[in-house]
Amino acid sequence: MSDAPVLELRNVTKTYTVKQGMFGEPKPLTAINDVSLKLGRGEVLGLVGESGCGKSTLAKVLLGLEAPSSGEVLVDGERLDGQDRRKLARRIQPIFQDPYSSLNPRKSIADIVSLPLRVHKVGDAASRDRAVREILDIVGLPARVMNTYPSQMSGGQRQRVAIARALIMKPEIVICDEPTSALDVSVQSQILNLLGDLRQEFGLTYLFISHNLAVVEHLATRVAVMYLGRIVEEASVGELFDTPRHPYSVALLSSVLTPEPGRGVPDTQLGAVFPNPIDPPSGCHFHPRCARAMPHCAQVAPRPLPTPEGHVECHLYDDSRGRAVA
Amino acid sequence: MTDKPLLSVRGLTIDIPVASGTLHAVRGIDFELMKGETLCIVGESGSGKSLTSLALMGLLGGRISRRASRADFDGTDLIAASNRQMRRLRGARMAMIFQEPMTSLNPAYTIGDQLIEALLLHKKVGRAAARDRAVALLEKVGITSAASRLGQYPHQLSGGLRQRVMIAMALMCEPDLLIADEPTTALDVTIQAQILRLLVDLQREMNMAMILITHDLGVVARIADKVAVMYAGELVETGPAADIFNAPTHPYTRGLINCIPVPGKTARGAKLGTIPGIVPSLVGEVTGCPFRTRCSEAVPACRGEIPVRTRHAGRQRILCVHEDGQRAASEVPA
Ligand SMILES: Nc1ncnc2c1ncn2[C@@H]1O[C@H](COP(=O)(O)OP(=O)(O)OP(=O)(O)O)[C@@H](O)[C@H]1O
Ligand SMILES: Nc1ncnc2c1ncn2[C@@H]1O[C@H](COP(=O)(O)OP(=O)(O)OP(=O)(O)O)[C@@H](O)[C@H]1O
Ligand SMILES: [Mg+2]
Ligand SMILES: [Mg+2]
Repeated sequence: MSDAPVLELRNVTKTYTVKQGMFGEPKPLTAINDVSLKLGRGEVLGLVGESGCGKSTLAKVLLGLEAPSSGEVLVDGERLDGQDRRKLARRIQPIFQDPYSSLNPRKSIADIVSLPLRVHKVGDAASRDRAVREILDIVGLPARVMNTYPSQMSGGQRQRVAIARALIMKPEIVICDEPTSALDVSVQSQILNLLGDLRQEFGLTYLFISHNLAVVEHLATRVAVMYLGRIVEEASVGELFDTPRHPYSVALLSSVLTPEPGRGVPDTQLGAVFPNPIDPPSGCHFHPRCARAMPHCAQVAPRPLPTPEGHVECHLYDDSRGRAVA
Repeated sequence: MTDKPLLSVRGLTIDIPVASGTLHAVRGIDFELMKGETLCIVGESGSGKSLTSLALMGLLGGRISRRASRADFDGTDLIAASNRQMRRLRGARMAMIFQEPMTSLNPAYTIGDQLIEALLLHKKVGRAAARDRAVALLEKVGITSAASRLGQYPHQLSGGLRQRVMIAMALMCEPDLLIADEPTTALDVTIQAQILRLLVDLQREMNMAMILITHDLGVVARIADKVAVMYAGELVETGPAADIFNAPTHPYTRGLINCIPVPGKTARGAKLGTIPGIVPSLVGEVTGCPFRTRCSEAVPACRGEIPVRTRHAGRQRILCVHEDGQRAASEVPA
């Protein structure tokens, strides 16, 4: 059964209710719109897309921090909502963006890292102490930091503490939401190397959310591109970066500034106006900004079309080009 | 004259009194900038990039002291200038874009009022002319239906739009020098590319010089004429962008460039370069090279006086005991 996905989303939708302005009517905001996704063991799924497209919401649903409005989440083929939160936390752990605010400043590093063990009542004091030392060693922190506090550590060290805390329960899946965005590049590379090593060593599976496409290309095995609550393209990392299909993927990749002097800043060919998620554009949500939009793109929402290693949602790849469906 | 720099800084030093003594945050940095040129300052968090720009703008907090043997902006001594002189320069001839747009947009006033005030304060123009310029600039920075935006308040705009408004505001008086501190760090990559393109276009159009502070080496490579690499309060390497990227010399610069994955060059999943260790404390007396504790090229001499070395006919300068930033095989490591 090694082919069964460790984590799967089936038609998951998450709708929030928001009020626009002080006297506005409450309106639904679809943060994730009918998303299906499979994550195989040992894979690193990079999740990319514009600010507000629903990446963190997806992460929260996977972590069980938000209940989907409809659809289901399966871990190792089991439905998530049937399992209790604690059991889930042993298998899926998060690493968030901000190593400054996510660690309690009044607790020692040993307390912070051992907290999950105490919550889950694992082992006695001595064995927990051993486990903390072991995990600190794995993430490259000396045992003497156990009695220090977050304020005495650098950004990279704090993020290592956050990783140690996430790994001490030996989870199978780690959800990383912008784990290196707040860090200097010299620290970022240490954390990326560490995440790569841990994956090799423990067969971890990652969902890796990042705005930095060079980092995603480096670490991910698969990539999902999100736009306004939908995964508009999914492919292996090689396929996505070598032959992006969706015009939004193309725009995203073309805006990557590689450190090559003299090449100037590329033109993304993309309008700047991010659509209102409460009132998304008709048809294909991306059509108002799409350089290749066709008339029917404004009328007909594209369906997922299979590609050699994933799917794409775009009328350009639809034989009927959307007309037949209209 | 074209060969006279617009901005020339020698020995800029910034000290901050802190509980445990004096923080020597910036220690004797030199750089210059010609009209229309772009200088990018990159470097570790906390290395003094923002303080440097605030010092030039005369916006450091009262407790912080600055000095320099030279800080000349087109004939004005930026350190000796009175508050009144500085107020006149700021906005009119030097402008700044801050990382967080909300720090410089006033939430209580409309976008229009803030843009128009910026101009009325510094230039002898009528309100109607100022309003026209505000609309024209908002359109230039890619804001649609600009005239109707004038009546909106900052909180009614998205982050990307606010950052554009900030840029428009900084450009209202056509400054000769624009200092932008991480102007795109908080934005999406697509919007980042759009805003940088826009800045470069407007800069060319107005022949404006620009100092851009960023952590992002990709941004630096694509827009800098000159690069200054800052580490722990010193400019450890300065030079033309092409030289810095094609022949980085200081061990910190080389380390930095090795840390980032470069699409098409770094093998996917391969180990990235790292710079182990942490930045030293700059409280109290600071001697020797501040990078020596993290440097693979360190030798005992790194504790002493560090010479300035110039390369490529003086265009590239490094602060290092090694001529070419590398320890000879015969030298003993520290
Ligand atoms: N608790 C909430 N209540 C109402 N709306 C929400 C809530 N959380 C998120 N949203 C909305 O859902 C959409 C998706 O938000 P989400 O945080 O998932 O985006 P994201 O892709 O993670 O963005 P970023 O890259 O900026 O982190 C946004 O429009 C956001 O405003
Ligand atoms: N008002 C202040 N009081 C005390 N210390 C300060 C003050 N302002 C800055 N510092 C310190 O001076 C050093 C340089 O700060 P600066 O903000 O210039 O760094 P930076 O290079 O801009 O970093 P970043 O990339 O994180 O923005 C840091 O160690 C910072 O903590
Ligand atoms: Mg998010
Ligand atoms: Mg700064």
